[in-house]
Amino acid sequence: MTSPHPTPLRPVRLEYNPWGQLLMETDDGQKFSGVLPVRAFPVSDPDHWISICDSHGQELLRIDDIHDLLPDVRKTLELELSQREFVPVVRRILSATQHEPSEWFVETDRGRTTFQLNSEDDVRRIEPDQASICDSHGIRYLITSVRGLDGGSRRILEYFL
Amino acid sequence: MLEGNEVLLAWFEPDLDSQLNFSQGLVLLTDTRLISLSENDQTFDNSPQGDNQTGSKAWYLSQEIFLQTKEKGGASSLELADCRGLVAQWRHTPAKSKASHHFVDRWKLLRSGQPAEGESAESTDSLCPSCGSPIKGEQGFCENCASLSGIKPGRSLLRLLTFARKRGWAASLGLLLTIAGTSASMVPPYLTKPMLDEVLVPFQNHQDAKFYLVPWLLGGLAAASILSWLLGWARTYVIAWVSERIAADLRNQTYAHLQRMSLEFFGGKRTGDLISRVSTDSDRICYFLSVHLLDFVNDVVMILMTAIILLYIDLHLALATLVPLPLIAYLVHKVRSRLRGGFQLGSRAWADMTSVLADAIPGIRVVKAFAQERREVDRFRLANDRVLHANDRVNRLWSFFGPVITLLTDGGLLIVWVVGVWQVYNNNLTVGTLTLFLAYISRFYMRLDSMSRMVSATQRAATAAQRVFGVMDREATVPEPVHPVHPGRLRGRIEFHEVAFRYGTRSVVEGINLTIEPGEMIGLVGPSGSGKTTLVNLACRFYDVAEGAILVDGTDVRSFPIEEYRKHIGLVLQEPFLFYGTIAENIAYGRPNAKREELIAAAEAARAHEFILRLPDGYDSIVGERGQSLSGGERQRISIARALLIDPRILILDEATSSIDTETEREIQLALDNLIRGRTTIAIAHRLSTLSRANRLVVMERGQIVEVGPHQELLDRNGLYARLYRAQSESPEERNA
Repeated sequence: MTSPHPTPLRPVRLEYNPWGQLLMETDDGQKFSGVLPVRAFPVSDPDHWISICDSHGQELLRIDDIHDLLPDVRKTLELELSQREFVPVVRRILSATQHEPSEWFVETDRGRTTFQLNSEDDVRRIEPDQASICDSHGIRYLITSVRGLDGGSRRILEYFL
Repeated sequence: MLEGNEVLLAWFEPDLDSQLNFSQGLVLLTDTRLISLSENDQTFDNSPQGDNQTGSKAWYLSQEIFLQTKEKGGASSLELADCRGLVAQWRHTPAKSKASHHFVDRWKLLRSGQPAEGESAESTDSLCPSCGSPIKGEQGFCENCASLSGIKPGRSLLRLLTFARKRGWAASLGLLLTIAGTSASMVPPYLTKPMLDEVLVPFQNHQDAKFYLVPWLLGGLAAASILSWLLGWARTYVIAWVSERIAADLRNQTYAHLQRMSLEFFGGKRTGDLISRVSTDSDRICYFLSVHLLDFVNDVVMILMTAIILLYIDLHLALATLVPLPLIAYLVHKVRSRLRGGFQLGSRAWADMTSVLADAIPGIRVVKAFAQERREVDRFRLANDRVLHANDRVNRLWSFFGPVITLLTDGGLLIVWVVGVWQVYNNNLTVGTLTLFLAYISRFYMRLDSMSRMVSATQRAATAAQRVFGVMDREATVPEPVHPVHPGRLRGRIEFHEVAFRYGTRSVVEGINLTIEPGEMIGLVGPSGSGKTTLVNLACRFYDVAEGAILVDGTDVRSFPIEEYRKHIGLVLQEPFLFYGTIAENIAYGRPNAKREELIAAAEAARAHEFILRLPDGYDSIVGERGQSLSGGERQRISIARALLIDPRILILDEATSSIDTETEREIQLALDNLIRGRTTIAIAHRLSTLSRANRLVVMERGQIVEVGPHQELLDRNGLYARLYRAQSESPEERNA
């Protein structure tokens, strides 16, 4: 099992150009424009294994650990990742109907919203204490701690889990 | 009839005559002769020296004769021939096939002049008398014949006790609480006697009534009720807790056992039936244990206590009430056996219905494509109707039986009234005693009534237990070795020695001799049904060979512990199966504790990494039955990564690229190149171009190897391979031209 990158490249510069594209310079002096960072394990291990791909989805290099990066690069990277990832964290479930399609009214870290589920299976437990919800438009919502929810929300959630 | 120093070596019992009617016969093989003791053999002109007295015929082994088995559909035959033609033949059913092969093997061994080592008659003893397959170890029964329902249902229920023993402490607590609770509920009627005899009746008769007793009596009644409520609560909770756990243990064990069974077992079983055994049947048992068994124990305790109290109060009256008892017992017995049949039918019908579902739902695309929804609905309705009929039958019996019991118990009560009133009239009995008696006796009969209802519940649970234990009692057909050899790190040299395998009587592969060197890639080629997949399944030890042996690094695969051996085998199938879970979990299926960097490395080598990154959740995306839909090529690459991750020494590719278009195939081929590097590989492919990297090609036809060699050599030989190759390289345009 050989890696396609014999000497792993490291990004030394990462910044936006005036058009909002991301520019990257690696330690061997190569420059790439319009790169996309992608997390390989966005749910289970968001801080490791981040791939930087070109605009065609070809992997240019891989960052094993976000903490090894230069502070500037890391800041831009985290900004870009947070811009690209829209996963509201559910704080409170105000109501959810039990007949399909289930209609949810929730309070998230980005404000209140309503959404519909395609099926009950779209509510999944990912870790023992974490759950994710995928609505009919493919938007994902995260519940970081099931136990941390208030009693009412938990009762609603438990019906679906 | 044996001559002086003749030694019996083996025997065979043909079970058909020449007209194919069932008839028992016997053929003996000794060190000098073959003796037929059957009336039903068919002999031909050149008959042997007959012994008219015993009706036996014998052939001396010194003669030029040959023995062989022939499969002729449903009825096979054992044939003896000499150079002029058939001498004799014995017909037998497939049940005797293994035995007849065995018999011929013995014959061959003898003819080849090998020492008769271990060849005493006893060695035939370990063959199952009904099907001829070997009986293993101390088991004493044949796995082939042990049917799934061969065990008595009642005994199955008793076997639940072994599961209860694990929870012995809680179970005994439950029992104790039951007895205590029942005793508490016996108190109130007893208090009615002084209430009537000491207080109420004297009061009405204007005698001096002991009113000071009233608060005590009422208090006693209240206390008894509260006590029995508390005990009942505790008892129900404890018993439910225990039975839930017993059922869970049962489910776990059944499923664990199921996972150990060989593929052969699953091939012969319908998925729905197995699912219903693990789920529905074990749930029924749980319900029985928590509800009915509790009631039953309760009833028994109460009946015993009531009987004692009744006999203590008034012997004559008590005996009078017992008159209908024998009749009830007789009825219960009668109904029981009929109900059991009914419930078995019901369970089977239910399993059939689940099977229909398990069949149609995964195949829903085919159903829709052929617009057969209506037919599937009809098929389900039919199965459901069978459930309905089976239950109707039980209900008919039941609806009659229940009220009859009630009638009989009412009769019993009437008897008490008659005798009681008579006794009161004669001043032998006080009103209080009669009331007390009636209170107890009505409870007694109520319990008896509910006990008779237990009959159906017990039979239902017994049937369920029987079906569950039926699975548990099946021995795995791929047995674990008695003296295991631990494989360590295999080199991957595979040798097939005279390997044969049969499904029942149908011989699938025969006389396979092949040696595959470590790191060599073998392409298995041949028409469908030529035994390629069987050979691979044998190498994986999904089945065991019927004859011969498969050696890996010089050791018989049967002496490796199955799990350890399979860890060295990577399998990539035509239809890659992904379990419901994340991509990371699927890749790490064979090695759940693999590091994330290893996962990525495996995915990269399988050329899956980049498409995985394009999925919304990367490696955390959910795939499988309800997850992200992936294309066939993508699924295949994940399954290749899965095989890569366990770093197997032996790799099996069973049509790994045949369900994929040529463009994707190129991508997969690159992934496979990474996979096969340095591993012993057996690849099956219909598309011969995918075997271009194979060191040697093995061409199979009708269960035998017909050609072996590199591509060019086989083309030059102009045999079957050359024919197959030409047929494929000819594109449709060329053919049309």
